[in-house]
Formats: sequence, structure tokens, C-alpha cells
Amino acid sequence: MNATERDLESTVLEPLVGLGRRFLFLAGGLAVVVLIGVVAYATQLAEGLRVTGMAATLNKQMYGIYIINFVFFIGISHAGTLISAILRVAKAEWRLPITRMAEFITVVALSVGGLMPIIDLGRPDRILNLLQYGRWNSPILWDFFSITTYLFGSLIYLFIPLIPDLALCRDRLAGRVSAPKRWFYEVSSVRWRGTPRQWRSLGTALTVMMVVIIPVAVSVHTVVSWIFAMTLRVGWNTAVFGAYFVAGALFSGTATLILVMAVLRRVFRLHGVIKDRQFTNLGFMLAGFSGIMLYFNLNELVTSGYKLAEGEGFFLDSILVGPFAPWFWAYILGLASPAIIMLIPKTRSFWGVIVASLIVDIAMWIERYIIVVATLRAPQMPYTNLAEYFPSTAELAISLGSVALFVLLIAVFSKLVPVVSVWELRHERAPEPREPEAVPAGPAAVRA
Amino acid sequence: MPGLPKALAPSLAPMGRRTLFQQMARAAAATAVVGAAGPAQPAAATEVDPGSRLRRWVMVVDLRRCDGCAGLGVPPQCSQYCNWGRFVPEGQQWLEVYQRGLAPDAPSDAVGYLPAPCMQCQNAPCVNVCPVGATFHAPEGTVLIDQSRCIGCRLCMAACPYDRRFFNWGEPVQPAQVKETTYNVLTQTPAFRGTVMKCDFCTDRAAAGGLPYCVEACPREAYWFGDLETDVATNGKDVVKLSKLLEENEAFRYKEELGTRPRVYYINGHGEEAPRATAHESAFLKDRLEWPWREINEASA
Ligand code: SF4
Ligand code: SF4
Repeated sequence: MNATERDLESTVLEPLVGLGRRFLFLAGGLAVVVLIGVVAYATQLAEGLRVTGMAATLNKQMYGIYIINFVFFIGISHAGTLISAILRVAKAEWRLPITRMAEFITVVALSVGGLMPIIDLGRPDRILNLLQYGRWNSPILWDFFSITTYLFGSLIYLFIPLIPDLALCRDRLAGRVSAPKRWFYEVSSVRWRGTPRQWRSLGTALTVMMVVIIPVAVSVHTVVSWIFAMTLRVGWNTAVFGAYFVAGALFSGTATLILVMAVLRRVFRLHGVIKDRQFTNLGFMLAGFSGIMLYFNLNELVTSGYKLAEGEGFFLDSILVGPFAPWFWAYILGLASPAIIMLIPKTRSFWGVIVASLIVDIAMWIERYIIVVATLRAPQMPYTNLAEYFPSTAELAISLGSVALFVLLIAVFSKLVPVVSVWELRHERAPEPREPEAVPAGPAAVRA
Repeated sequence: MPGLPKALAPSLAPMGRRTLFQQMARAAAATAVVGAAGPAQPAAATEVDPGSRLRRWVMVVDLRRCDGCAGLGVPPQCSQYCNWGRFVPEGQQWLEVYQRGLAPDAPSDAVGYLPAPCMQCQNAPCVNVCPVGATFHAPEGTVLIDQSRCIGCRLCMAACPYDRRFFNWGEPVQPAQVKETTYNVLTQTPAFRGTVMKCDFCTDRAAAGGLPYCVEACPREAYWFGDLETDVATNGKDVVKLSKLLEENEAFRYKEELGTRPRVYYINGHGEEAPRATAHESAFLKDRLEWPWREINEASA
């Protein structure tokens, strides 16, 4: 082991020892916000959904901020698949330091996002009816199974490459961490000894998972879009939705990944491992998605706006010039911003990419807001007393709580396991095997 | 007033509101007894009495006769009797009468009325999307909801192109006597919080030889209720051949282009055959519909 390797190891393992005041402060604050959300949900359970803003809309807005958040979080979950599977297949080397975070974002976003439709249920006590009476005809069932499949797949895909690093923690941190943590490393590293056979199995498992997870990920956002697209509603009844949602998911997933990466790099001082180059690379990817998203929007708006079938006019009016126009144009501007930022050499920097990512995440939330609220506002029957939806305090508290839960889980994770993959990086840093004949004996076998 | 349900008929005679509510409370109690022990109660939610001949219920609304009850200066009676008769929870309008412009884009302010019950679609978007089969086609073709199974996901509401589904956001307000009954899927009583409700075509009444409340209540005899199987329809007074009624009057279905194949037909018109009062546009009194459940509960308490 040379000096840089030891350096890497200590950079990555050091944060796992002890908690630190800053962490406790952050985690405590987040926990309070989560708790407020839990209390709000308890009131909702006690009072029913009448505590939401939806109840005031005379059954015209049957969905609100919960479903918006649902689509948003599931969208974010695509970060992991993109980075760890798609780029792994494409053998993009710069992804190495960020794969683990990406995969963890996937798991957390799916868990938090998956809670949202349950929070939205009128009868959460009957959720098991989905298993007892589930009908394959319903998009809800497609979602239920596709999201749980994706969650379990992602957990496996997160865990497998973690094993060698957990073993590293077990060996290196044995005397320095608390007993429960030691026990955790002991158990979770599943008797990893780094034998050639173990490396080979690890390699096979990773290859299988990276191929399997891609179609699962695509299916998830497609069926999420089908919840909307399987109805006859203006603004939802369109074939472009599946592809549009998948692209939107990759877009916001990448943006979130960039933000989390920046925070973790700063907190854990990983500047040696995660370079600015990785940020600009991802920035270019964002810019590419900008174009794709704008293209989808153009397709949707032009094909419906040209023909102006019944109801389309009302909907387009409301988003282009009507009450949703500020939202809509902010969204379009947000879509375009990564492309603009990456085009101008001066802003093509770490901070430029960070700003672009923030804007993208906000813009993509707005997009889902328009998809849910503006669409449901378009009347299907001859009435003019339009229902206006505003999220209630309970809805806002639960939403904030869910965001806090998302951040909290990531923070806790970063204290539990190395946030970058030590064994994968090590290999990248020392690519030449000492004895070319004995290749299968180390991580090289895995990556080959 | 011919054809009004007995329990409710006196409500149109001059009578104090208190008396009316007490009467209705008694009617509710009577329903409770029938609901608990009556033969109309199926063993399982999706089972319907196998002894009867299978009907294929349809409804025909003659818009030539419907003036939204504006000429009478009362709220639309079909909606009102539906509310009262089915113990519709406060605020829901299973049958809603819409006012619509007659000549869109023309310099005219003439209006017509469109009573909209659940269309009982044959290709029902709500049935298709329900994840637990809580919304289902009864053997007679009508679309029913099993509120003891519904999980409250509301996708059916999003899917219904006619806005005909209603959600119990909080604890539904109904007479206490109704709340105490055992659940009956045909009458959707009692209502449960967090579940969806809608017009059910009153098939429990039809099975007993009666007519849906809206058909009985309409003072203009604009509603026909019929059976495609035997090809007859009645508005409570006359009995006609259903197919002829539809054919001769060029009946249409609302939003036919969506492919939902509703079981509700309309005969086009704008109330021209309703005996007319003057200035009826200003007297469309939908806002005055009543859900007197709170008052009933107070009166009987
Ligand atoms: S009108 Fe709506 S609720 Fe009634 S059957 Fe059709 S889709 Fe279902
Ligand atoms: S709200 Fe109830 S009836 Fe409607 S789709 Fe969901 S489970 Fe089915």
C-alpha cells in the first residue's frame, strides 16, 4: 500500500469515527422537522384527508402536493441507476467516486417517495387490500410492484459493492468505533476476506445487477407516468408521458446527485477524490437533458395546441398566459438554464453547475405541480366555478418533513459507511497489477 | 305530484321544517331496518340476487322537458330527491344538473340543462383503474363501489371523464340512524370516511319494482328508466318501447367520442316542452340544494 492509498483510506474512513457536534446539530434539526411532519400526519390520520387543501375543492382536485412529491422523489431516484448502471455499462471512469452516493440517493428517494402515495390514501389501514384484491388492470398496482422491485434491486445494488468496504471498516476501525457499529460492520461485511473466489462472485453479481436495474428503472418512471396517462384527461392523455417522465427523472436525478455530492465533498473534505471535473461532466449531462426535456415539451404543446381539441384550449391558456403562466415559464427557464450555464465559458464551473442543479430541481418540482394541479383544474363538465387548490398547513408540514427525512437518511448513511467506494477508487489509482498472470486475484478481476 | 316516494311526498306540502326532518329521520330509521334484515342485502359485496332475471338498466333523459326546475322556482328536484333518498353525504351531488350555453360562440345567452348522474359506462375508466376491484360492474351492468374494500386512492375520480365521483374527505355527515346500519353495497349506506361514492342507479329500488329517486322526483317527467333486456322504459307514468324511444328521438350519449359507452342516453333539447314560467334563467336554484343531515341529527337527539 502506497502513500496515496493510505491517504484515500483515511480520508474516507475518518468521518466514520465519532459523530461530531456539527453532525449532531444537523441531524437533530432535521429530526425535529421530520417529527413535525409526523405530527401533521397523525392529525391527518385522526381527522381524515379533510385537513388537506384538496378537500376544499369539491372533489375536483383529487390529487395535490403528496402526489407531486411522489413523482418528484421517484424522479430523483433515477440518479443512482444513471450513474451506477448506465455509466458503468458505458465504462465512464469519472463516475467512480460518486456511484455509492448515487445508489444511496436512489434507495432513500424511493423509500421517501414511496411513502407519499400511502400518505395520500384515504384508507391507509386497508393498504394490504392491494395484495389481497390487487388487480393487474390498475396502474396503481403496476406502480406498487415496480417501485418495490426497484427498491429491492437498488438495495442489492447498493449493498454488493459495499461489501469489500464494509470489510475494510471491520478491519481498520475495529478498535475505534462503538460496539454496535463494530457489530454492524462485522455482520454486514458477510465474512468478506477478499479471496479470488469472492472477487469473482462480486464481479458477476455487479454485472448482472447493472444490466437488470436499467430496465427496472425505466419501467418505474414509465408506470408512474401511466397513472396519469391512462386517464382521458386533458393534459394527461398523451403518449409522450412515459418517455417524458423517464427523461425528467434522469434530469432531476442528476441534479440532486450533483448537490449531494457537493455537500458531502465539502463536509468530508473529499476534494482529493471528487474533482471539479466530475461536476462539469455532470453539468454537461444536465445540459443534454435540458435539450431533451425542451424537445418533449415542444412535442406535447405543439401537437395539442395545434388541434385545440375540447378542453385543451382552456388548459393551454391557463399555463401559457393564465394563472399558471408564472409557474410554467419559470419551469421552461429552469429547463433551459443548465444548457445556458454550460454554454457560457465563464459559468462553466463548479459553482455554475451547482446553481444549475438547484434550478433544475426546483423547475422539475414545478413541472409536477403543473402536471397535477393545472391539469385537474381544467373542467371536464360545463361548470365555471373553478376549484383552486392550495396545500394546507398539514400538507406543507408533511412535505417538509419528507424532504427533511430524505436529507436525514443521507446524513446518517454517510456516518455509517464510506461514502465513496474505496476498493473501486484504489484500483483506478493503481491500475498496473504487479503480476499480470494473477489478475483474477484482486479488484482488477471485477472491473475487467 | 305523481310518482313521489311516499316517505318524502309530504315534504312538498306546507309543513314546518322540523316536522319534515322528523319524518325524514323516521324514513331513515325504516331504511336502517330494511338494510339490516331485508332480502336486498347480498351476502358478499359483488353478489347480486341470482334468482332475478338479469336486467340491463339504462336511463334516458329527455332534455326537451328539463328546465333545471327553474320554471318551478325550486332546486333541481332530481338532485334534491337523490340527496334525500340516498342519504348522500353533505356536499356531494351524485346527480348534478349542469347549466350549459346552448349556442357556444354565438351571440346568445340561451341556456339548457344537463342532468348528469353516473353514466354507468360499459367501458368504465373508473372500473379499469381501480387497484383493488372496489369499483366493479354488477352483473346488471351498473357500476358499483364496495366502500368496505376501497382504499381511497382516488384514481377512479381522476379517471372519470364526467366528474361523477365523490370522496369522503372527512367523516361523512349522514343521519345517525343511517350510520348505524350494516353496510349495504347496493345503497352505499352507511358512508365511510376515506372512500369514494357515486350514483348507483338505485338498483335496489329497481329490483323491488320501483324507480330511481331522480326518475320519481322529476316534476317534468324528463327521466326514463329502462331495461335493454326487455326493451321497455318508463318515466313513472307511461311505458314505452325503449329502442323506439331512443331511435325516434335520435338519442345520444354524452362524450360518446371517448368510447366509455355510457348507459345514460340523452334526447337533445333545452326544456322547450316544460311548462314555462318567465325569466327562468335567473331561477336556477342549484345553490339551494339541501343535505339536512345535521338538522335531522339535532332534531332526533
Ligand atoms: S360516469 Fe364516471 S363514475 Fe360513472 S361509470 Fe363512467 S367513469 Fe365510472
Ligand atoms: S378510490 Fe377506491 S374505488 Fe376508487 S380506484 Fe381507489 S380503491 Fe378503487
